Amino acid sequence: MSGELHVQNLGKSYRQWGSEWRRMASWFFPFIAPREEHWVLKDVSFSIDPGEAVGVVGQNGAGKSTLLKLITGTTSPTQGQVQLRGRVAAILELGMGFSPDLTGRQNAYHSAGLMGYSQAEIERAMPEIKAFAEVGEYFDQPVRTYSSGMQMRVAFSVATAFKPDLLIVDEALSVGDSYFQHKSFDRMRQFKEEGVSIMLVTHSMGDIRSLCDRAILLDKGRVLKDGQPDEVVDYYNALIAEKENANLNVEQRREKNGWLLTKSGTGEARVKKLQLLDAVSGDELAAAQVGQAVELRLEASIRMDIPNLVLGYMIRDKQGHVIWGTNTWHTRQIQQDVKSGETIVFRLPFTCTLGPGSYSVSPALVSSDTHLTDNYEWVDNLLVFDVINVNQEYFIGSNWLDAQFSISRQQEEYAQ
Amino acid sequence: MFGMLSAAWRYRFFIFSSIKTELQTKFIRSKLGGLWMILHPLSQVLIFAFVLSAVLSAKLPGIDNQYAYAIYLMSGTLGWSLFAEIVNRCLTLFIDNGNLLKKLVFPKIALPLIVTGSALVNNTLLFVAILAIFGALGHIPGVEVFWLPVLMVVNIALALGLGLALGVLNVFMRDIGQIVPVIMQFLFWFTPIVYMANIIPEEYRNWLEFNPLIPIITGYQNILLYNHAPDWAGLGVIALIAAGLLAFALLLFRKASPEMVDQL
Repeated sequence: MSGELHVQNLGKSYRQWGSEWRRMASWFFPFIAPREEHWVLKDVSFSIDPGEAVGVVGQNGAGKSTLLKLITGTTSPTQGQVQLRGRVAAILELGMGFSPDLTGRQNAYHSAGLMGYSQAEIERAMPEIKAFAEVGEYFDQPVRTYSSGMQMRVAFSVATAFKPDLLIVDEALSVGDSYFQHKSFDRMRQFKEEGVSIMLVTHSMGDIRSLCDRAILLDKGRVLKDGQPDEVVDYYNALIAEKENANLNVEQRREKNGWLLTKSGTGEARVKKLQLLDAVSGDELAAAQVGQAVELRLEASIRMDIPNLVLGYMIRDKQGHVIWGTNTWHTRQIQQDVKSGETIVFRLPFTCTLGPGSYSVSPALVSSDTHLTDNYEWVDNLLVFDVINVNQEYFIGSNWLDAQFSISRQQEEYAQ
Repeated sequence: MFGMLSAAWRYRFFIFSSIKTELQTKFIRSKLGGLWMILHPLSQVLIFAFVLSAVLSAKLPGIDNQYAYAIYLMSGTLGWSLFAEIVNRCLTLFIDNGNLLKKLVFPKIALPLIVTGSALVNNTLLFVAILAIFGALGHIPGVEVFWLPVLMVVNIALALGLGLALGVLNVFMRDIGQIVPVIMQFLFWFTPIVYMANIIPEEYRNWLEFNPLIPIITGYQNILLYNHAPDWAGLGVIALIAAGLLAFALLLFRKASPEMVDQL
């Protein structure tokens, strides 16, 4: 069975009562109203269907943690309701209730008990918990002798030892070494394949792209966007800039080729034209060949005087993974004292060492190394091109390495 | 109310393992381990006996054991330590476990049950130690000892009712956590544990009637020192008060539960 989640008009307000006596009176006399209400979450509605993996993103204070607390039931909603079907496992924090003086095994018993499992169930799962944690003999040593990574491994192992119907994870996986992160991520993916519904709260856009079927963007306690992961992630990215630049607008549209174009910025500088050209002939290309000398040519028109102008590029594959990216801040080619009315041409010649597939180019016109200070214009997936392999030997992957086999053979001589 | 109990029943393994864990952690890293749990109340008895026995021992009527005062002290201390441990730990129970309550879903009622369970274990150990000392002093309590569980139940009900209510209120008004230990000090000295009720001047003595602990503590002393059954009438009244208080505390706890987590 897969878990289901339905959230309807969920809202949470923190109440100010003026005095604690007033609050206590309200428990017994419902007509007593609070002085002030501060809503941290309002009118949130969404569903997670059986087997679906949904990512929740949002800035700090957007209401993600409150939403999770309401769903898991540690705090109760002021309005609306949460309907859950199936057994829920929530990992809001790893290693809750661990006692440093107890051994890993004792702590595993204890925290599985805290999840409501009986002794027999825990005993049955114990060998697997131990195996997954991979702490070896330390499993029977006091936890205070553990490294923090080992403690995380035991905690995660316990938390996921019992297959739930709905798994709720709150950034718990951003800790630990990369081996552990991979391993725990694999387990989530395995759960997903087995039909477990997943709700994942994270700041890692990569996790959202690679695990989730859908994403929800929370902002100021409301659902701002609910849709496909790339749509939500790119919108979120643009939204971060808005925080810094008040008069910024974000527009999104899905192109015919399936790529999502997200445009944001304050507009002091704009991309007039972005082309992929053959470096030799200068012809515009829709598809590049592996090994071909090509050139990205961008024309920027300046609408207002700008002290510093930086151009950044990001090349992404179809899954949204960044293949390559840099900007003229890093290359120390910042354009200074740019005047209104100017047109600036940026040329970037390079050899196409990408593997066969479809790629996108996202340019950004900014003033420093990030788009958070000034975002003049940022366009996700403005230019889309294909790479085809015509002249080279067959290979797979997104990278064409200049690599050649060298093989030597030798006749072994046996002593007689 | 019924839901609370069934939730606690589902989490029975957790409750038992928590009590066990609590005892274990006390044992693990100290040489004397669990002995400290009984050494603390016993050392208190020793101090009082040492300081006060010369003054007071003559005033215990009808007992010819020269250690009568020490036995009297230990009997009262046994009852008081159970009461005090439950009240004191319930007082900060929700605050101490704030992080757990915020991050995990489990029946909150499990927490006071764990406290009660571990206090009961401690108290039983203390009782066994006291019996051993009684034996060494040549005093063997009579069959009335079997009334002791009844006293303990009333004692626990009173302590839990009071502690739970204070613990819930303490989440919202932290002053309670500061004032209660002071009140507990007063309560200790207004209860005839280290002195006999009859040394209090006649005109003040009826004030003691308002102290709900007195029927319980004198019950302990009756059973363990005088080989009497407890005063059932007085105890019955306290049992009723305790039951009422406990019911009120559970109601308060249930009403406050939704807001409690937001205040931690």
